[in-house]
Amino acid sequence: MLSGIVFWVLAVIAVATGVAVFRVDSMARATYALAASFIAVGLTLLLFDLQFLGVITVLMMVMEMAVMAIYMIMFMGMNPALMPMSMVHGKRPALVVSIGTFVVLAGGALLVDWPTRRGAPAADLVTSLGEAVMESKMLVMMTVSPVLFATIVAALVLALPRSRYDRMGADLRGRDLDRGAGR
Amino acid sequence: MTLETVLVVAAALFSVGLYGAISQQVVVMVMMGLELMLNGVILAAAAFWWFLSPSPDGQVLLLVVITAMTVEMAMGFAVATLLHRARQSDMTDMATDLAR
Repeated sequence: MLSGIVFWVLAVIAVATGVAVFRVDSMARATYALAASFIAVGLTLLLFDLQFLGVITVLMMVMEMAVMAIYMIMFMGMNPALMPMSMVHGKRPALVVSIGTFVVLAGGALLVDWPTRRGAPAADLVTSLGEAVMESKMLVMMTVSPVLFATIVAALVLALPRSRYDRMGADLRGRDLDRGAGR
Repeated sequence: MTLETVLVVAAALFSVGLYGAISQQVVVMVMMGLELMLNGVILAAAAFWWFLSPSPDGQVLLLVVITAMTVEMAMGFAVATLLHRARQSDMTDMATDLAR
Protein backbone atom coordinates (compact mmCIF):
# COMPACT_ATOMS: atom_id res chain seq x y z
CA MET A 1 0.00 0.00 0.00
CA LEU A 2 2.67 2.46 1.09
CA SER A 3 4.94 1.47 -1.79
CA GLY A 4 2.02 2.05 -4.18
CA ILE A 5 1.52 5.59 -2.88
CA VAL A 6 5.25 6.29 -3.04
CA PHE A 7 5.35 4.92 -6.61
CA TRP A 8 2.54 7.17 -7.81
CA VAL A 9 4.06 10.24 -6.16
CA LEU A 10 7.42 9.48 -7.81
CA ALA A 11 5.72 8.69 -11.13
CA VAL A 12 3.88 12.03 -11.15
CA ILE A 13 7.10 13.86 -10.25
CA ALA A 14 9.08 12.00 -12.95
CA VAL A 15 6.59 12.74 -15.73
CA ALA A 16 5.75 16.29 -14.59
CA THR A 17 9.40 17.31 -14.35
CA GLY A 18 10.02 15.54 -17.68
CA VAL A 19 7.35 17.72 -19.29
CA ALA A 20 8.79 20.76 -17.51
CA VAL A 21 12.13 20.19 -19.28
CA PHE A 22 10.56 21.41 -22.51
CA ARG A 23 8.14 23.91 -20.96
CA VAL A 24 10.28 26.09 -18.69
CA ASP A 25 11.78 29.17 -20.27
CA SER A 26 15.41 28.78 -19.32
CA MET A 27 17.96 26.07 -19.94
CA ALA A 28 19.17 25.96 -16.35
CA ARG A 29 15.65 25.27 -15.11
CA ALA A 30 15.29 22.61 -17.81
CA THR A 31 18.48 20.97 -16.55
CA TYR A 32 17.24 20.92 -12.96
CA ALA A 33 13.86 19.57 -14.11
CA LEU A 34 15.57 16.69 -15.94
CA ALA A 35 17.71 15.98 -12.87
CA ALA A 36 14.52 15.83 -10.76
CA SER A 37 12.96 13.39 -13.25
CA PHE A 38 16.01 11.13 -13.05
CA ILE A 39 16.05 11.30 -9.26
CA ALA A 40 12.38 10.24 -9.19
CA VAL A 41 13.11 7.28 -11.48
CA GLY A 42 16.22 6.39 -9.45
CA LEU A 43 14.12 6.35 -6.28
CA THR A 44 11.50 4.23 -8.09
CA LEU A 45 14.24 1.68 -8.78
CA LEU A 46 14.69 1.43 -5.00
CA LEU A 47 11.06 0.25 -4.80
CA PHE A 48 12.14 -2.71 -6.95
CA ASP A 49 15.00 -3.41 -4.48
CA LEU A 50 17.52 -2.24 -7.08
CA GLN A 51 19.63 -0.39 -4.52
CA PHE A 52 22.87 -0.23 -6.50
CA LEU A 53 21.32 0.76 -9.84
CA GLY A 54 18.96 3.25 -8.18
CA VAL A 55 21.74 4.99 -6.29
CA ILE A 56 24.14 5.19 -9.27
CA THR A 57 21.31 6.52 -11.44
CA VAL A 58 20.67 9.35 -8.97
CA LEU A 59 24.36 10.15 -8.41
CA MET A 60 25.33 9.93 -12.07
CA MET A 61 22.45 11.99 -13.40
CA VAL A 62 22.83 14.78 -10.83
CA MET A 63 26.49 15.08 -11.87
CA GLU A 64 25.60 14.88 -15.55
CA MET A 65 23.04 17.65 -15.25
CA ALA A 66 25.64 19.83 -13.52
CA VAL A 67 27.97 19.29 -16.50
CA MET A 68 25.08 20.01 -18.88
CA ALA A 69 24.39 23.33 -17.17
CA ILE A 70 28.06 24.31 -17.62
CA TYR A 71 27.87 23.43 -21.32
CA MET A 72 24.82 25.59 -21.75
CA ILE A 73 26.52 28.58 -20.15
CA MET A 74 29.57 28.00 -22.38
CA PHE A 75 27.70 27.66 -25.65
CA MET A 76 24.82 30.04 -25.15
CA GLY A 77 27.07 32.90 -24.05
CA MET A 78 24.56 34.18 -21.56
CA ASN A 79 23.20 33.46 -18.14
CA PRO A 80 20.90 30.56 -18.95
CA ALA A 81 19.03 30.90 -15.68
CA LEU A 82 17.74 34.32 -16.63
CA MET A 83 17.17 34.28 -20.38
CA PRO A 84 13.77 33.13 -21.62
CA MET A 85 13.91 30.72 -24.52
CA SER A 86 11.65 28.91 -26.92
CA MET A 87 13.69 27.27 -29.63
CA VAL A 88 11.59 24.59 -31.27
CA HIS A 89 10.83 23.57 -34.83
CA GLY A 90 8.02 21.37 -36.09
CA LYS A 91 6.22 21.57 -32.77
CA ARG A 92 2.89 20.18 -33.99
CA PRO A 93 4.26 17.13 -35.89
CA ALA A 94 6.51 16.36 -32.91
CA LEU A 95 3.49 16.53 -30.61
CA VAL A 96 1.49 14.20 -32.89
CA VAL A 97 4.35 11.68 -33.11
CA SER A 98 4.97 11.67 -29.36
CA ILE A 99 1.26 11.34 -28.47
CA GLY A 100 0.91 8.54 -31.04
CA THR A 101 3.95 6.79 -29.56
CA PHE A 102 2.48 7.07 -26.06
CA VAL A 103 -0.88 5.64 -27.21
CA VAL A 104 0.83 2.68 -28.91
CA LEU A 105 3.18 1.95 -26.00
CA ALA A 106 0.58 2.42 -23.27
CA GLY A 107 -1.97 0.41 -25.28
CA GLY A 108 0.56 -2.40 -25.63
CA ALA A 109 1.39 -2.28 -21.93
CA LEU A 110 -2.28 -2.51 -20.95
CA LEU A 111 -3.51 -4.97 -23.59
CA VAL A 112 -0.69 -7.52 -23.67
CA ASP A 113 -1.30 -10.57 -21.51
CA TRP A 114 1.95 -10.50 -19.55
CA PRO A 115 3.23 -13.79 -18.15
CA THR A 116 3.51 -14.36 -14.43
CA ARG A 117 6.80 -13.94 -12.65
CA ARG A 118 9.34 -16.74 -13.00
CA GLY A 119 11.83 -17.14 -10.21
CA ALA A 120 12.35 -15.02 -7.14
CA PRO A 121 14.78 -12.17 -6.50
CA ALA A 122 17.97 -13.03 -4.65
CA ALA A 123 18.13 -12.27 -0.95
CA ASP A 124 20.91 -9.72 -1.49
CA LEU A 125 20.45 -8.18 -4.95
CA VAL A 126 23.59 -6.03 -4.81
CA THR A 127 25.73 -9.07 -4.06
CA SER A 128 24.01 -11.08 -6.79
CA LEU A 129 24.69 -8.28 -9.31
CA GLY A 130 28.34 -8.16 -8.28
CA GLU A 131 28.69 -11.92 -8.58
CA ALA A 132 26.97 -11.92 -11.99
CA VAL A 133 29.24 -9.18 -13.32
CA MET A 134 32.39 -10.84 -12.01
CA GLU A 135 31.44 -14.41 -12.86
CA SER A 136 28.84 -15.50 -15.41
CA LYS A 137 28.48 -12.07 -17.07
CA MET A 138 32.16 -11.17 -17.03
CA LEU A 139 32.06 -10.84 -20.83
CA VAL A 140 29.65 -7.90 -20.44
CA MET A 141 32.13 -6.04 -18.25
CA MET A 142 34.97 -6.95 -20.62
CA THR A 143 32.95 -5.40 -23.45
CA VAL A 144 31.78 -2.34 -21.55
CA SER A 145 35.30 -1.40 -20.41
CA PRO A 146 36.87 -0.94 -23.89
CA VAL A 147 33.67 0.77 -25.06
CA LEU A 148 34.03 3.35 -22.28
CA PHE A 149 37.72 3.77 -23.07
CA ALA A 150 36.95 4.19 -26.77
CA THR A 151 34.36 6.80 -25.81
CA ILE A 152 36.96 8.80 -23.89
CA VAL A 153 39.37 8.69 -26.85
CA ALA A 154 36.68 9.50 -29.42
CA ALA A 155 35.27 12.37 -27.35
CA LEU A 156 38.75 13.87 -26.98
CA VAL A 157 39.46 13.50 -30.71
CA LEU A 158 36.21 15.30 -31.53
CA ALA A 159 36.61 18.00 -28.91
CA LEU A 160 40.28 18.83 -29.56
CA PRO A 161 40.62 21.97 -31.68
CA ARG A 162 43.67 20.75 -33.62
CA SER A 163 45.22 17.34 -33.51
CA ARG A 164 48.86 16.62 -34.33
CA TYR A 165 47.71 15.49 -37.77
CA ASP A 166 46.24 18.96 -38.35
CA ARG A 167 49.48 20.56 -37.24
CA MET A 168 52.01 18.28 -38.93
CA GLY A 169 50.20 16.60 -41.80
CA ALA A 170 49.02 13.06 -42.40
CA ASP A 171 52.53 11.57 -42.12
CA LEU A 172 53.43 13.67 -39.04
CA ARG A 173 56.59 14.90 -40.81
CA GLY A 174 55.53 18.45 -41.49
CA ARG A 175 56.34 21.63 -39.60
CA ASP A 176 54.58 21.83 -36.23
CA LEU A 177 52.46 24.91 -36.79
CA ASP A 178 51.83 25.46 -33.10
CA ARG A 179 55.46 25.22 -31.99
CA GLY A 180 57.02 26.74 -35.04
CA ALA A 181 59.52 23.89 -35.19
CA GLY A 182 59.83 20.96 -37.59
CA ARG A 183 60.05 17.41 -36.51
CA MET B 1 1.95 -0.83 -8.37
CA THR B 2 1.67 -3.33 -11.22
CA LEU B 3 3.72 -4.03 -14.33
CA GLU B 4 1.11 -2.29 -16.49
CA THR B 5 1.08 0.93 -14.47
CA VAL B 6 4.88 1.15 -14.40
CA LEU B 7 5.01 0.56 -18.16
CA VAL B 8 2.45 3.33 -18.75
CA VAL B 9 4.60 5.75 -16.73
CA ALA B 10 7.68 4.60 -18.67
CA ALA B 11 5.76 5.14 -21.95
CA ALA B 12 4.88 8.67 -20.82
CA LEU B 13 8.54 9.45 -20.06
CA PHE B 14 9.66 7.97 -23.38
CA SER B 15 7.04 9.95 -25.33
CA VAL B 16 7.88 13.24 -23.63
CA GLY B 17 11.56 12.62 -24.42
CA LEU B 18 10.68 11.80 -28.02
CA TYR B 19 8.81 15.10 -28.32
CA GLY B 20 11.89 16.95 -27.09
CA ALA B 21 14.31 15.04 -29.31
CA ILE B 22 12.22 15.83 -32.39
CA SER B 23 11.17 19.39 -31.66
CA GLN B 24 14.15 21.05 -29.97
CA GLN B 25 16.60 23.16 -31.95
CA VAL B 26 19.49 23.36 -29.49
CA VAL B 27 21.76 20.30 -29.54
CA VAL B 28 21.99 20.09 -25.74
CA MET B 29 18.18 20.20 -25.49
CA VAL B 30 17.96 17.36 -28.04
CA MET B 31 20.35 15.41 -25.79
CA MET B 32 17.98 16.09 -22.90
CA GLY B 33 15.15 14.53 -24.94
CA LEU B 34 17.28 11.44 -25.61
CA GLU B 35 18.16 11.19 -21.93
CA LEU B 36 14.49 11.34 -21.01
CA MET B 37 13.75 8.54 -23.48
CA LEU B 38 16.48 6.43 -21.86
CA ASN B 39 14.98 7.33 -18.48
CA GLY B 40 11.75 5.66 -19.62
CA VAL B 41 13.67 2.65 -20.94
CA ILE B 42 15.43 2.22 -17.58
CA LEU B 43 12.09 2.32 -15.74
CA ALA B 44 10.47 -0.16 -18.14
CA ALA B 45 13.46 -2.52 -17.99
CA ALA B 46 13.43 -2.42 -14.19
CA ALA B 47 9.69 -3.21 -14.19
CA PHE B 48 10.15 -6.11 -16.61
CA TRP B 49 12.95 -7.41 -14.44
CA TRP B 50 11.00 -7.16 -11.17
CA PHE B 51 7.60 -8.40 -12.35
CA LEU B 52 8.63 -11.06 -14.88
CA SER B 53 12.06 -12.49 -14.13
CA PRO B 54 14.08 -11.02 -11.23
CA SER B 55 17.33 -12.79 -12.04
CA PRO B 56 20.81 -11.16 -11.91
CA ASP B 57 20.93 -11.16 -15.75
CA GLY B 58 18.30 -8.41 -15.88
CA GLN B 59 20.33 -6.22 -13.52
CA VAL B 60 23.34 -6.58 -15.81
CA LEU B 61 21.19 -5.49 -18.77
CA LEU B 62 20.11 -2.41 -16.82
CA LEU B 63 23.75 -1.67 -16.07
CA VAL B 64 24.45 -1.77 -19.82
CA VAL B 65 21.57 0.65 -20.52
CA ILE B 66 22.92 3.08 -17.92
CA THR B 67 26.38 2.73 -19.51
CA ALA B 68 24.85 3.53 -22.91
CA MET B 69 23.40 6.69 -21.37
CA THR B 70 26.87 7.69 -20.18
CA VAL B 71 28.37 7.09 -23.62
CA GLU B 72 25.58 9.10 -25.25
CA MET B 73 26.25 12.03 -22.95
CA ALA B 74 30.02 12.02 -23.50
CA MET B 75 29.77 11.77 -27.28
CA GLY B 76 26.93 14.27 -27.40
CA PHE B 77 28.98 16.87 -25.56
CA ALA B 78 31.95 16.19 -27.84
CA VAL B 79 29.81 16.61 -30.97
CA ALA B 80 28.26 19.79 -29.50
CA THR B 81 31.79 21.15 -28.91
CA LEU B 82 32.85 20.28 -32.46
CA LEU B 83 29.68 21.80 -33.90
CA HIS B 84 30.20 25.00 -31.95
CA ARG B 85 33.78 25.24 -33.18
CA ALA B 86 32.91 24.50 -36.81
CA ARG B 87 29.74 26.58 -37.09
CA GLN B 88 29.80 28.93 -34.10
CA SER B 89 26.35 27.59 -33.34
CA ASP B 90 24.64 25.12 -31.07
CA MET B 91 21.55 24.71 -33.24
CA THR B 92 20.62 21.48 -35.02
CA ASP B 93 19.35 23.39 -38.07
CA MET B 94 22.93 24.39 -38.86
CA ALA B 95 24.29 20.88 -38.46
CA THR B 96 23.17 18.96 -41.52
CA ASP B 97 26.83 18.01 -41.82
CA LEU B 98 30.04 18.68 -39.94
CA ALA B 99 32.30 19.38 -42.92
CA ARG B 100 34.19 22.62 -42.54
